This record gives sequence, C-alpha cells and structure tokens, in this order.
Amino acid sequence: MNGEMNNRGKYSQVRAMLAIARASLISITRSPSAVVFSLLFPMIFILVFGFIGGRTISVDVAVQKQCNRNNPVYFALETIGVIKLDTLLTESAIDEGLAKGEVDAALLIRDNGGNSVPRYTVHVTTVNTSREKANVLKSILNNVFYKLNIRDAHIIPSVAELEENEMQIREYKTIDFILPGQLGFSLLSSGVFGTAFVFLSLRQTLVIKRFFATPVHRTYIVLGEALSRLVFSISGALLIILIGHFAFGFTLLHGFLTVINMLVLATLGLVIFMGFGFAVSGLAKNESSIPPIANIITMPQFLLSGTFFSISLFPGWLQPVCKVLPLTYLNEALRKIAFEGASLWSVNHEIGILFLWGILVYALAVKFFRWE
Amino acid sequence: MVEKQQKKNNQSVKTTLFPVKSPIIQVKNLVKKYETLTAVNDITFEVFEGEIYGLLGPNGAGKTTTMEIMETLRKKTSGEIIIDGKSIDTSPGEIKKIIGVQLQAAGYFPSLTLTELMKLFSGLYNVDVNISEMLNRVGLSDKAKAKYKELSGGQKQRFSIATTIINNPKIVFLDEPTTGLDPQARRNLWALIRDIRSKGTTVMITTHYMDEAENLCDRVGIIEKGKIIAVDTPDNLIDDLVKKGFERKKEVKKANLEDVFLNLTGNEWRDE
Repeated sequence: MNGEMNNRGKYSQVRAMLAIARASLISITRSPSAVVFSLLFPMIFILVFGFIGGRTISVDVAVQKQCNRNNPVYFALETIGVIKLDTLLTESAIDEGLAKGEVDAALLIRDNGGNSVPRYTVHVTTVNTSREKANVLKSILNNVFYKLNIRDAHIIPSVAELEENEMQIREYKTIDFILPGQLGFSLLSSGVFGTAFVFLSLRQTLVIKRFFATPVHRTYIVLGEALSRLVFSISGALLIILIGHFAFGFTLLHGFLTVINMLVLATLGLVIFMGFGFAVSGLAKNESSIPPIANIITMPQFLLSGTFFSISLFPGWLQPVCKVLPLTYLNEALRKIAFEGASLWSVNHEIGILFLWGILVYALAVKFFRWE
Repeated sequence: MVEKQQKKNNQSVKTTLFPVKSPIIQVKNLVKKYETLTAVNDITFEVFEGEIYGLLGPNGAGKTTTMEIMETLRKKTSGEIIIDGKSIDTSPGEIKKIIGVQLQAAGYFPSLTLTELMKLFSGLYNVDVNISEMLNRVGLSDKAKAKYKELSGGQKQRFSIATTIINNPKIVFLDEPTTGLDPQARRNLWALIRDIRSKGTTVMITTHYMDEAENLCDRVGIIEKGKIIAVDTPDNLIDDLVKKGFERKKEVKKANLEDVFLNLTGNEWRDE
C-alpha cells in the first residue's frame, strides 16, 4: 500500500478541484444531450442557413402564356440575374402564386404591330404584399426601356447620363449574422440547461454528498464543475467558429486575434448564463421541472435576442424588451468583433451591460442555490 | 457506569487481534433534533483504536444520523465529538483527512470507469495511489475499465469501500455496507473489513444483521429510539442474557441454513 496520506503536506484544494473538473468533463462528453445541445444543434442551424445562403435578392416573375417572348425587352430581362423568369405556370397557378407570395409579378408583353409607336406594351401585375420586389422589377424595366429607346432613336443623351460604379466592400454573408447568434444561443443553453442538470443530478445521485465527506471545500466543488463546463463549451465554441470559417466562409476580420476576442466574450457570456443554471438547479425539485424553468429564461432570448434575425425587425413596443436581454448584447458584441473587427475595448458598452447582468444573476444564484 | 464498561473492555482485549489502546472516538451527550423528531437523544460512547465497533439498531433508530454527524456531514444540535484528539466543531477539515467514509446512499459519476473514479478520489484526498492495486484489494481488478453504472450491487459496495480506504484512513465508517447483498458477497465483504482492520485501521460499522455483528465486531452498541441501551462485546451481551435465564425456543443445530447455502453454492465472489 502506497496510499500514504500526506497529513504533513498541505492539502491542495486546487488539486482536488482539478480532479473534479477532469471527472466532470469526462462525464459531460459521455452525455449525449450535452453534445447535442451545445454542438449539434448550432451546427445544424449553421448548415441550414449556410446552404440556403439567401444573400442575393431575386424577383420571381411569372411569364403569362400570351406574352410575346420574341422582343428586345424580353431578351434584356433574360440576361438580368435578379429576375427569375418562369414560363411554365398556368393562369390560375400565377394567381395563386401571387396570392401566396411565391410569385412576385406576372409579365405580359404585347407586340402592337410593326408601325405602332411604341411597338411593345409591357404589362406587369404585382401584389401589394411584395411591393418592394415590384419596385425592383419596375426600376429594372425602366432601365431597360431607357437603353432600348435611346438606342433605337439614336439619341445622344443631352441632360444626364448614368455612370455605374460598383464599390467593392466586404460581403456581409448570412453566416456572418447566423453564426454569432448560434454561438450565443449555444452558450446560453449549455450554461443554463447544462449547469442546472449537472448540479441537480449531483444532488440527486448523492455524488456531491460523497464529495462532502472528503476534505475538498464546497467552493472548490462548484469551481471544479464550472471549470469543466467552461472547457467543454468554449472548445465547442472554437469548433463552431472554425467550421463556420473554413466551411462557410464566416468572416474573421483579424483572423486568430478575432477568434481569441470571440472566445473571451464567449467565456464572459457563459459565466453569466451558468449563474442562471445555478439558480435553476436550486429552484427545480426534480429533473422534469428543469426544462420549464430553464425555458422561461432561454426561449425569450432565443427569439428576441437577434439569434436568427436582427432585432430591428421587431415592432417598436417589443424593442425595449430585446434591448434588456443579455444574449442581445453578447450577440451584438460577437458580430462587431467578428465582422467589423472591433476590439474588446470598443464593445465595452455591451460588456458593461453583461457585467451588470452577471451581478444580478449571481445574486439570484446565491439566493436560490441548494447543496442538498 | 463508564467504569463498568471499561472493565468489560479489558476482558474483550483477549478476543481482539490488536491490543486496545485508547479511545480514538469519543461521543459525549450527542443530541440531534429535527423539527418534530429527536433522532439522537443524548448518547455517549467511545470507540477504541484498532477495534471494529458495531452500531446496531432497527431502522430509524438513529444509526445513520449518528454516523453522519461523526463524518462531519450533518450538524449536531448539542454534545461533543472528539475524533483522534480533534473536535468536530473546530477541525472538521482535519478530521475528513483521516477518516474514510462509506455512505449508506452515495453516488459516483455513473458514466465514469472505476479507474477514472479512483483518479478523482486520489485528487480529492490529495494522495498518490496505485489504482490497480487498490481495485485488486477489493476484487475489482477485472472491472477497472467498466463504468460504475455497469456494476452489480455487491460490486458497487466493494468499489465504495475502495474509495473509503484510498486515503489510508485511521478510521473508516461503514454504514450498512452489506445490506442487499447475497451471502457470498456478504462473507467476502466481512473478509475485506477484517483485512482493513488488520492494517491497524479502526472500523465503525452500522448494521441490522446480528450475525454480521457477532462475526465481525469486537464491541457493539445497541441503539434504540435515539438512545444507546447497551454496549459490550457480543459474547458478553449473549452471556448476560443467558444468565438471566433466556433460552431459545428451538435448539441450535451445529449448522444453519446459510451454512447449507454457502456449502452448496460455494464461497466465491459472484458477478451478480
């Protein structure tokens, strides 16, 4: 037996804490739900939005049966990428498509005969519900008419001429919006659900009671568990960022430095969200009462914190709510850092609000957390 | 009263493997009250270094409460407990380092292997142990890579004892270690407990199996409704009762049914 108890040597709480962190990390990685919630779900959303793309707008134009397709206007429309011409729809399908928003406009071009002025009449049917797209179509048509009319009349523009000049800016891709939101939400659910389930199960399976019988201090039990959650979730965040960058072209303006800044922010966010988890684990009587309580915290943030769409899309009365939630500020800060290349200092407003949340959340956690 | 006990302890020296030295545990006037219930009602006893002391009593008598207060896991209402010269009030942390605790109900991370769990406990106690040697001692070497949740009841108890002795403690507390085990597992756990004591460790055990106490314990304290009603060696308690004229209704044969069972099914540990 070499189990010599080092009574003489000083007992190291840190060593005990690291032992707990290590054991707990192994336990987390072997739990299917932890892996699904913190890695698989965000990856699925990123995949879906990554493939949908949706970065260019398109105007779906149904070509009516009687439409003359052998004229310069039609040829011009065919060459414009934004316009998607569909020649296969019946009249009733076109009407239905317009009503459902699947078709943005119906096109009918009439040939008025060789000597008529003008030679062609272009008839466009649009619906009020997709007015924006209709306007795009109209301006494209006006542009086409202008060019054709000038060409045919051999007129030299006397008043003004359009000179087009496209500036090259960084493309703001869907992934640049979606990934930080998914990352934020992954941290939120891992922090709240993960922490709550772990502490409740430590209590219920009496693992924590066995810990109490060893010399480790209670604080170090919590620190050890928190450390394991941190290592797991931040590794997950790194993986999400790397896959997003290399597979979907997620913009990391300053490369590695940006990744580090994002991970620092992610850590701050996770620590705050874990505070919610501590409180929930104390409030929940058993495993089945965790999801309802945890969802009260996570669902509003999932929907209102700019995870899937910008909070500017919400009606005015809802905006103040959006602007209170901690995930809103984490998401905003993550986006600024990744896409605009902002430094941590320049998102101090967001970080400050997250700190305020931290104080509030840990006050609640101390109040509700239970050991037994 | 104490003097009388002391005298009887001197007699018990003959039956103990190790010479009894001095009390390593002293419990004085211990009281534990819950809101409506007095679980432990003013009990006083001593455990001597190197002995196996059994706390016997029916369910709800206060055995576990008493043990858990001694293990620093529960707060007492009043009274005094000294373990290896340290007061439970002033040095609970020091006491935790020199005791090994097997709880009646305690859990381990279910998805971790025994080796991983032993590493966890070496960290928790700040000790460097040879894990395979420890597992071998409790007969679980072949389960080193098995997850805790895959163990049978008896294997779980043996594993629990491995975590109890990992810090080479001066005293181990075992709370109903054999409850729910088959006769083979029970016998072999007794052998393990004797082995632990043979290394000089004091053992305090609770049980409600009298055959277990008779086989294993140097002295027993019988606890009933939160009070200790008798303390002595099993032999002396039996002799006292016989002296009062007690007779068994059925004459005792040279063997009992358990002997028959073990004779037929063998003594080996089973992978239940």
